[in-house]
Amino acid sequence: MVDKYGGTPLLETRSVSKSFGAVQALTRVDFDVFPGEVIALVGDNGAGKSTLIKGIAGIYGFDEGEVMFEGRHVTIHSPREAASLGIEVVYQDLALADNLDVVANMFLGREWNSGIPPTTGADHQIGGFKKYLRNLLPITEIEMEKRAVSTLNELAVTTLRSVRLPVAALSGGQRQSVAIAKAVLWNSKVVILDEPTAALGVAQTRQVLNLVRRLADRNLGVVVISHNLHDIFEVADRICVLRLGHKVKTFKREETDQKEVVHAITAGQLGTVPGMSQ
Amino acid sequence: MSENVNTPDAPVQSALLASQSAQSPTEFVSDALRRVRSGEIGTLPIILGLIIIGLIFQSLNQNFLTPRNLVNIVIQMAGIATIAYGMVFILLLGEIDLSAGYVSAIGGVTTAILLRDSLTNPAMAWMNEWSVIPVALLATTAIGFLHGFLITTFQLPSFIVTLAGLLAWNGVVLMIVGDGGTVNIQNQFVRNLASDVQTPFWTWIIILLFVALITALEFMKAASRRKAGLRAKPASIIIAQTVLMALAGAGVAILFNANRALTEAAPPQAGMPTIAVIMLGLLLVLTYVAENTRFGRYVYAVGGNKEAARRAGIRVERIRILVYMLMGFMAGIGGIILASRLKSVATDAGGGNLLLYVIAAAVIGGTSLFGGRGKVVSAVLGALVVASVENGMGLLNVSSGIKFVVTGLVLLAAVVIDALSRRQQQASGRR
Repeated sequence: MVDKYGGTPLLETRSVSKSFGAVQALTRVDFDVFPGEVIALVGDNGAGKSTLIKGIAGIYGFDEGEVMFEGRHVTIHSPREAASLGIEVVYQDLALADNLDVVANMFLGREWNSGIPPTTGADHQIGGFKKYLRNLLPITEIEMEKRAVSTLNELAVTTLRSVRLPVAALSGGQRQSVAIAKAVLWNSKVVILDEPTAALGVAQTRQVLNLVRRLADRNLGVVVISHNLHDIFEVADRICVLRLGHKVKTFKREETDQKEVVHAITAGQLGTVPGMSQ
Repeated sequence: MSENVNTPDAPVQSALLASQSAQSPTEFVSDALRRVRSGEIGTLPIILGLIIIGLIFQSLNQNFLTPRNLVNIVIQMAGIATIAYGMVFILLLGEIDLSAGYVSAIGGVTTAILLRDSLTNPAMAWMNEWSVIPVALLATTAIGFLHGFLITTFQLPSFIVTLAGLLAWNGVVLMIVGDGGTVNIQNQFVRNLASDVQTPFWTWIIILLFVALITALEFMKAASRRKAGLRAKPASIIIAQTVLMALAGAGVAILFNANRALTEAAPPQAGMPTIAVIMLGLLLVLTYVAENTRFGRYVYAVGGNKEAARRAGIRVERIRILVYMLMGFMAGIGGIILASRLKSVATDAGGGNLLLYVIAAAVIGGTSLFGGRGKVVSAVLGALVVASVENGMGLLNVSSGIKFVVTGLVLLAAVVIDALSRRQQQASGRR
């Protein structure tokens, strides 16, 4: 197998820091995601996982350091900008509207109408009056449904009875699958999943982990935040450990074991314990 | 990229697509039955309710189910239904507008006052119904904007802001109508709005067009879905629905076209009330807006999960303001219809049980008070129930005390049915 870590990473943070008032949430963290890999981001509560993800997703900016996307220097100001680069985040609460069906949820905010295919940021290119008029033109349900079905089929999400069911009628695993399918619908390149298997049963966890693997098989870079080391060792290629805002180490799965990772999460493995120097 | 999708799953992979493409009539019926069992009862209880109401009142008073009285009910429900159209959108957001009754009165009183002034004040003589009605609707839409602006800018509960509106707009109506107590409407157009009828010929044409339009849309939708390889409604089902709808339409047309003059000697009186045509037109337009446009989709999304809507890039606050403006607009139309029915606007306009009837109509029709679930058609169906009960009790000459109690009970029954259907949906995993 060719070492996929030789080339340019899809996404890379170089020495990023972020503080909230007196709290230093992230300190000079390097993090990278390569196409076709699943990288797990682990750490105890307050380790800085969410801060790192939200910085990448454009919810807030980093104080220092830089973000590279496909080798280019980028500054991401908003979730919309992140999405137009091809970075999608699936948050833990999934952000699905229970009363809408699967298709409506997958295309929410980017409905296909008036013959213009929905692409990220397409609305920015249409100016003035036309942009408002679009909100009263008929939605092209058929194109949306076809694309939703084909995406779900490509991801082998097979347990859904119909894409016209309201999301409320789906199981936890199916909802997670829909949320993930929604994220990859937009030619995304990096998909970040926040606790995708939390609160799922055994069979549904398996279903979601398979799906995560398939995303990487499609050459996407997949970042998984999780507390469940068992799941992580099953699905991840690399495991990045954060502790108190510092990066402890990035392990390759085949070169480490759960014990070593737990040790890194709880005690740190560097000469000095990160965070103690301040 | 896509060839990497793992092959072991390949046999099952097309399962989703396969289940989409073919659907036989029996599958369709069993699907519909399953939806009903899992609590998606839709308009079923209301149709049962209407039959029960019809039976009860007819057995108590022979005049209830006469063409004459049924047309009365249609005219009585028009104002309520029109305002309830707006209320459905508000309820879809998961909010409420308590000021709708008095905002509708603002629409009515503005129309009445400006039309009166156009007769008395030479400087305003140029004003006629085509300038006055837009001004009135502009005013009520602006009031809706004000409510929405306050609610979204200061993040206030809609309940409180519109409660303030309820008081304040009542006050404004009192101030405008003034000591006179009543403003009469002389303008023929506005006077005839609620009482005009179409000729029997046009009644048939309008109902025929309505049935044909819905059938054509259903067939076109099914055909294009089938062409795209998606699950489509079977033609036999559409034909069955059309036959039912055509029969019902024919029944309604015959009813509208029956002579409803009081005596044999009197000049014959027949035809569909124009107000019913307006109600149908609004129903079509607003159903399209709610179910086929982005705006409508976003209203449902905001009512279902505001945070999800926000993250999807929907400008939630703008949608909310627009819905309050729509509410104001519909209240304005409703107010003009109500004024037309009385041919005047008095100080008590918009008061009494109007607001309650409007909310009751939307909820009885099946729109949830909890947001995100409901249809525009529920406004008409609910208004028909409310007006029937009111009318039936009027025929029985019961006291207004009993009227209020019965209307309250009907509303309560509707809310209980809503809650029960929600629970049933939860039990079958359709929260």
